[in-house]
Amino acid sequence: MLLIRCPYCEEERPELEFRNAGEAHIARSTNIAGESDDDFEKFFFIRANPKGVIYERWRHIHGCARFFNAVRDTVTDKFIMTYKAGEPKPAKLPGAAK
Amino acid sequence: MSAAFRISGAGRLSQAKTASFSFDDKSYTGIEGDTLASALLANGVHLVGRSFKYHRPRGFLSAGAEEPNALVQIVRDDARKTPNVRATVQELYDGLTANSQNRWPSLAFDVGAVNDLASPLFSAGFYYKTFMWPKSAWKNLYEPKIRAAAGLGVSPEKPDPDHYAARYAHCEVLVLGGGAAGIAAALAAAETGVRVILADEQAEFGGSLRFESGAKIDGENGFAWAQAAIARLKAMDNVRVLSRTTAFGYYAQNFVGLVERVSDHLKSPGRELARERLWQVRANRVVIATGAIERHMVFANNDRPGVMLASAARTYLNHYGVAVGKNVGVYTANDSAYAAAIDLKKAGVNIAAIVDLRDNPAGPVIDEARALGIEINFGRAVVSAGGKLRVSSMTVQPKNGGGERTIPVDAILMSAGWTPSVHLFSQSRGKVAFNDETRRFVPGTYAQDCVSVGACNGTDGLDATIDEAYAAGAKAAKEAGGKDSSGKTGKGAKPKVDAGESWSRGMLGAGPGAGPGTTVKAFVDFQNDVTAKDIRQAVHEGMRSIEHVKRFTTNGMATDQGKTSNMHGLAIAADELGKPIPQVGLTTFRAPYTPVTFGSIVGHARGALFDPTRRTATHGWAASQGAVFEDVGHWKRAWYFPKAGEDMHKAVDRECVTVRKVGGLFDASTLGKIEVVGPDAAKFMELLYTNPWEKLETGRCRYGIMLREDGFIYDDGVVGRLAPDRFHVTTTTGGAPRVMNHMEDYLQTEFPHLNVWLTSITEQWAVIAVQGPKSREIIAPLVEGIDMSDEAMPHMSVREGKICGVPTRLFRMSFTGERGFEVNVPADYGEAVWEALWAEGQKHGAVAYGTESMHVLRAEKGYIIVGQDTDGTVTPNDAGLDWAVGKKKTDFVGIRGLTRSDLVAKGRKQLVGLKTKDPKVVLEEGAQIVADPKQPIPMKMIGHVTSSYWSENCGRSIALALVAGGRDRMGETLYVPMPNGTVEVEVTGMVFVDEKGEHLNG
Ligand SMILES: [Zn+2]
Repeated sequence: MLLIRCPYCEEERPELEFRNAGEAHIARSTNIAGESDDDFEKFFFIRANPKGVIYERWRHIHGCARFFNAVRDTVTDKFIMTYKAGEPKPAKLPGAAK
Repeated sequence: MSAAFRISGAGRLSQAKTASFSFDDKSYTGIEGDTLASALLANGVHLVGRSFKYHRPRGFLSAGAEEPNALVQIVRDDARKTPNVRATVQELYDGLTANSQNRWPSLAFDVGAVNDLASPLFSAGFYYKTFMWPKSAWKNLYEPKIRAAAGLGVSPEKPDPDHYAARYAHCEVLVLGGGAAGIAAALAAAETGVRVILADEQAEFGGSLRFESGAKIDGENGFAWAQAAIARLKAMDNVRVLSRTTAFGYYAQNFVGLVERVSDHLKSPGRELARERLWQVRANRVVIATGAIERHMVFANNDRPGVMLASAARTYLNHYGVAVGKNVGVYTANDSAYAAAIDLKKAGVNIAAIVDLRDNPAGPVIDEARALGIEINFGRAVVSAGGKLRVSSMTVQPKNGGGERTIPVDAILMSAGWTPSVHLFSQSRGKVAFNDETRRFVPGTYAQDCVSVGACNGTDGLDATIDEAYAAGAKAAKEAGGKDSSGKTGKGAKPKVDAGESWSRGMLGAGPGAGPGTTVKAFVDFQNDVTAKDIRQAVHEGMRSIEHVKRFTTNGMATDQGKTSNMHGLAIAADELGKPIPQVGLTTFRAPYTPVTFGSIVGHARGALFDPTRRTATHGWAASQGAVFEDVGHWKRAWYFPKAGEDMHKAVDRECVTVRKVGGLFDASTLGKIEVVGPDAAKFMELLYTNPWEKLETGRCRYGIMLREDGFIYDDGVVGRLAPDRFHVTTTTGGAPRVMNHMEDYLQTEFPHLNVWLTSITEQWAVIAVQGPKSREIIAPLVEGIDMSDEAMPHMSVREGKICGVPTRLFRMSFTGERGFEVNVPADYGEAVWEALWAEGQKHGAVAYGTESMHVLRAEKGYIIVGQDTDGTVTPNDAGLDWAVGKKKTDFVGIRGLTRSDLVAKGRKQLVGLKTKDPKVVLEEGAQIVADPKQPIPMKMIGHVTSSYWSENCGRSIALALVAGGRDRMGETLYVPMPNGTVEVEVTGMVFVDEKGEHLNG
């Protein structure tokens, strides 16, 4: 069982308390009704599904109930870092080569 | 009386404490502290099982957890018949009853052994090749026969009466394995003051010190030192010592699963004792000290009872005081078998000969064996074992061929060398590395915060092992936050090794006489009956990767997971492929390390505790009224309330008719309820539901539809506005948690600027639906402070006041089409208010009705149930609910999805009503609909039935269906082909009762 650090609770908690909520940093348009088919397709259907580093949303559903963002390696399953919802994609990952 | 093979003065058991036991209905006497294996061997019993495929007679290969052969059934009573227990692990208790497996009619005469003669038919890949044709025979003939013939053991017929405990634990340092290395590491870590857990699978700590008679630490015999060290560890507050505890799985971030066998070794464990305990341990650092497992030699008939690992024979002698034979042969490719021969010889057992594959080995053990007068043959091989139910001889030949010589023996001890137990390291996702010089896989790259020490790390010799383990334990503790204890002297200091045993490398693969071109039965994997020839055959048939060879031959796939066989199998395959071993690769080790019972995994989560049960406030009342319940998610809901003599059909007819004539009470508490509160509550509702909310007056209700972003219906429910900034939202019963999650998701991440607070209030309010023409008369006498007249409280309104003196949120709404109310009261008052309403209702002749009647009544009105009449591909328009979508709105979740080309295309499936031409026929829900019943199969299906019931109110069956272009087909005849004939139906509107909706105010 993984340990995941909730950026709101500021501690590592067991995986059982969390639920994955899909890829992060996909913003819903403020004018979604006027969006083109292509843009809506990108927003709603297309996901990166990378082998390696993924930015994704998690919810501490059985804890503080907050949604937050995480950077995880899909190969090793390791959480590289977590950060609060609304914060920008980290420019540099801890442990990454300079 | 002492058993024939028990040697007085040998071993550590007290001969005075006897225990009687039976094996295959024959009684024997053993000693407390014996395993079933040592007790049987003490009585001269070697034949204990039949092999899986060929039904060959089998004895004990080992004295530990790696045992592939000696699997028995332990019977305590009818419900406690544990199959596939390794006799080498099962501790003896007085009265133990064991039976052999996989034999009929008896162990000595087994009809299935004909498989052995027919073995050319059963070669590698046999299952894949033989039973391919004809296809139908697999299910009806081959599989049942194979399963019946191949089964190991019998499962008990009764539920498991034992209970299984579970614990979570945290520690700084977890030490896996309690041999010399594990104990040293635990001592070092414990001295720093951090929390340490030390676990070992055996009943007693010591690991190989159990048999290594030459080991001496801190001036004591190795095993005695281990016991003293364990006593010291046990006395420390920061240390937990777990014996009989197997670490079976190493998971992410140092999360390790262990199973402690609590009472399987006891004569009559009390019910207060769990049978096993699952430990789920999260450790900051893990020290893996799992030792090494000896390999057997691969030669013809190496599976005969009496042929066993040298270390096993040594354990039986030095720990249990049992000689495995009277005239013992030894076949080895390394030094450690010499030590076994020497110990046995000193105990008075004749050593017929040592056969050593090596040409000119030298060393102290060889000198000592020679000095004891044991015959030693270098450069020779045992090419075959004689005997059937027990080994009777070994045939020896120079390793490169030449004259044979047959030596009578009653046991053969073999050692091909030692395989480091890298299982847990590998499970931790560490990568093993092959050491070309020692020809072993040892831990290479680590993936987690762990360290391997001692034999499992390829560290040879007791001195080096203790040095390494003690340093690793101290380092792990320090990294985990313990205080520095280096340089400590006295009691806490590093153990000093006075004498240890040397280590030498061995060999891998088939021995002489079993190599390429031979067809003898030289077993690599005993449990799955895989021979050296089978591995070579797999390579010849095109298997290149060891993963393919493994699956084709089943080598290493039995319950022992190839603990003794993997390296031999790999070496033979590599040889045949002409590649170095690392290029062929090692198969992946997976949890569990040894078999784990379902009981220990399940723990207390069985029966009523398997899954939570949710009961509403009126559950007890409904049960007392004889209600039949149905499961809806975790909820128990009253399904129907049969009177004496009524079946479900009759009860539902009566309930439905009475509701429309008089009235009925229904417990609607399971509906999800969410309070949406805050200055921006209306704005939030506008975004989450298709309907307009800003203009909904306080005190009024609206039917709301929630979409996903793709435009499909996600949930629905009636929403009441209690105040400008407060909405009482209801959801479907099953949808409550996901709707809450959906709302929170948008509130937290897409619309965080909105000042809104969401609270689940499902459990806080009990909901009593009172429906029917008399509903107001039933409720009114109990209500205070609410004017319930049609003028003051029209349909779709909500009021707050009191009922029976307690607060209520009183909704006027209807899921039946009749005048109706839903009385929300705090859940604690739910039952009392229900009983008061019930008393009022009875004055009018109202009924209590359940979920089945609720379904019928709503279907009569064409009210949909999300998840039954919709399936995640239905839009509001498809469901005939376009009126609920705010046309002037510029944003809500799903607004863009609704304009996708497919969602506005013609010919989409639409919800309609169906009437069968024969009113008595009730359609099956899920049945497919076609336009032309005469078309050839496969027919073009244009829709399916979503809801179907007998409606006593209509005097006929009614149904709802999703049909392509349904609303343009009104009056059209369609067909529902069923196994018993095609049903003709007419497409109709969805409302079957009171089309004008007059009853709502009736
Ligand atoms: Zn949290």
